[in-house]
Amino acid sequence: MSSLLKIDNLHVNVGDTEILKGVNLEIRQGEIHALMGPNGSGKSTLAYALVGHPKYEITQGTVTVDGTDLADLDPTQRARLGLFLAFQYPVTIPGVKVADFLRHAMTNVRNPDRKEGEELMPMREFRTELRDTMKELDIDAEFARRYLNDGFSGGEKKRMEILQLALLKPKFAILDETDSGLDSDAVRVVSEGLAKLSGPEMGVLIITHHERLLEYNIPQFTHVMLAGRIVETGDAALAHELHANGYAGIRERHPDAAAEEQVAQTQDTAGAGT
Amino acid sequence: MSTAEILTPETEDVSVGDYQFGFHDPTDKYAFTSRKGIDREMVTQISEMKNEPGWMTDFRLRSFEIFQEKPMPTWGGDMSGIDFQNIFYYVKASDKQEKSWDDVPEDIRRTYEKLGIPEAEQKYLSGVKAQYESEVVYGSLQEDLAKQGVLFTDTDSALREHPDIFREYFGTIIPPHDNKFAALNSAVWSGGSFIYVPPGVHIDFPLQAYFRINTENMGQFERTLIIMDEGSSAHYVEGCTAPTYSSDSLHSAVVEIIVKKEGRFRYTTIQNWSNNVYNLVTKRAMAYQDALMEWVDGNLGSKLTMKYPAIYLMEPGARGETLSIAFAGEGQHQDAGAKMVHCAPHTSSRVISKSISKDGGRAGYRGLVKVQNGATDCKSNVVCDALILDPESRSDTYPYIEVEEQDVAMEHEASVSKIGEEQLLYLMSRGLTEAEASAMIVTGFIEPLVKELPMEYAVEMNRLIELQMEGSVG
Repeated sequence: MSSLLKIDNLHVNVGDTEILKGVNLEIRQGEIHALMGPNGSGKSTLAYALVGHPKYEITQGTVTVDGTDLADLDPTQRARLGLFLAFQYPVTIPGVKVADFLRHAMTNVRNPDRKEGEELMPMREFRTELRDTMKELDIDAEFARRYLNDGFSGGEKKRMEILQLALLKPKFAILDETDSGLDSDAVRVVSEGLAKLSGPEMGVLIITHHERLLEYNIPQFTHVMLAGRIVETGDAALAHELHANGYAGIRERHPDAAAEEQVAQTQDTAGAGT
Repeated sequence: MSTAEILTPETEDVSVGDYQFGFHDPTDKYAFTSRKGIDREMVTQISEMKNEPGWMTDFRLRSFEIFQEKPMPTWGGDMSGIDFQNIFYYVKASDKQEKSWDDVPEDIRRTYEKLGIPEAEQKYLSGVKAQYESEVVYGSLQEDLAKQGVLFTDTDSALREHPDIFREYFGTIIPPHDNKFAALNSAVWSGGSFIYVPPGVHIDFPLQAYFRINTENMGQFERTLIIMDEGSSAHYVEGCTAPTYSSDSLHSAVVEIIVKKEGRFRYTTIQNWSNNVYNLVTKRAMAYQDALMEWVDGNLGSKLTMKYPAIYLMEPGARGETLSIAFAGEGQHQDAGAKMVHCAPHTSSRVISKSISKDGGRAGYRGLVKVQNGATDCKSNVVCDALILDPESRSDTYPYIEVEEQDVAMEHEASVSKIGEEQLLYLMSRGLTEAEASAMIVTGFIEPLVKELPMEYAVEMNRLIELQMEGSVG
């Protein structure tokens, strides 16, 4: 039976500000969902809340994977349960080699009960898999010897995220604007990479402003978020429409949410939790 | 000077466990144990026991007088816990120099096995020098090196066997009146390494020595003298781990190095003294025309470390580099740094300092870059990075700059890095535990130093950091 990620009436605060105001969403393994919406609508907040960023506090509602409540799990345990976030802004970790990091990550995710200090996966097995996967994703083998995201271009960072996705094989992958800030070649590379990886074993939530990623990865569902709620759900055609016409139509159809969006923008011009 | 900054309240779960190398051997098998305390008689006795020439006895006694006259330093760290009359100044581990590994007393061998020396021995059959307590008990030197005229021995033997070259250089780089602890070392020194590399000789593998303190209240006052003749090159490595003892112990070494014209020398140290050791070391090198001198200095453990390896750039084209790392845990104060003195034009220096403090530890950088009158066209670059792991810990930076010339390029960068919430989240979201993630970030922070170490030291260094971060061996 395929796994189910179920988000039920999710409310999330950052500090004292409520960003998510009751999100409902169900993703099954094998499905591709697109999540769209204007800046500040809460898309990234949802992504961070799912992986357990300590600054994003669930105040109401639940997120479960096959009935297991994520509220009880720290980011480590969520990763080992099969959740993965491709970060919008992957952090730099100076001095840590990509290969060392990946070997730790793969060992832990594949052995959820592993304790600190227990053996890592065999070097030979790791190297073979890494080399093959990098080749498949057209990533230069030199990457493995570089320091994690240190001096990487925007496109290289996003490719690193896709490489991790490929190696960690999560049940549920959330891609937070993986296509943003990239030139069209880089978007193509990342899009093709994701298309190779997704399949019946992976549920995917693609957060995006653009359409390119979705051309290669056609969503069965498109959700539109406005002021901390999912206000509409459609199919790939909805994504196409939003890309062509923007969010004016959405705001017209949902005047209450649009009004809330206005209020939130006035209160916090910095756009908390985008 | 920057004030301590509190950056990362999220890492409180990461605890440091008991000191991992806290084993010690029974001490009653020793051939000789000297009494505690220091006076003229003790100094004379040390010299007599070693059958030293009269000039050395005089040197020791003169140094003892200087030691008595010099006041304690009032800067750096808290040295009020040092009781000079409650310290052994000379302990002999065995009566004679051992020729091969099999002849080394068994309990001493066991200690080294715990430190992994046999592997080092296998890898570097030529270069292992092991100092146990005050005297070198085991040493080997590759034959072809000896044939090339390389001298690598303990300092006591060097005084006996190579008296002329010894006397020419000994005490010329760091005279006894340099500071109180240099004077003390000059009075009671024992052991240490002596290296002479003849002109044009290149040694491709690291020359190594291990130092240990193993008797309660025993001071270790090794004296190292290294002479790199013109156009020669070498790399010397020493690593230390010390057993845990309840009362305070003093380590006060003096290291003197001369790198002549076009010579290259690197001196690498990893020290991991137990938490009760006062580690007060004077290290100084003089680099002559177009010579390169490098200090790579890793300081873990100890109660207080005060150590500022110095390089005097004596002639045009001389270069100096210091790469230093300090890790201060609970109850520890690392006051480490570097000193670069530009005495000639067209000289350059570089300092990279990394410090980590956690569990209330205090780690800092104290450095001096001095450009003397007439030393034009000099370059100096100093970079200090501090990593503070919790609100109880502290980092200080004291960069002193004295420049007497206009035509000088000076750069100083200081940063306080942090284990950020975002870095932790990123690693944890890939399945690493918080402790693993923290250890990985710290390991990455010191990577610029670790990658400069020979392989087995790099492994040991990373292991020590992991132990410090995770609290126990997994």
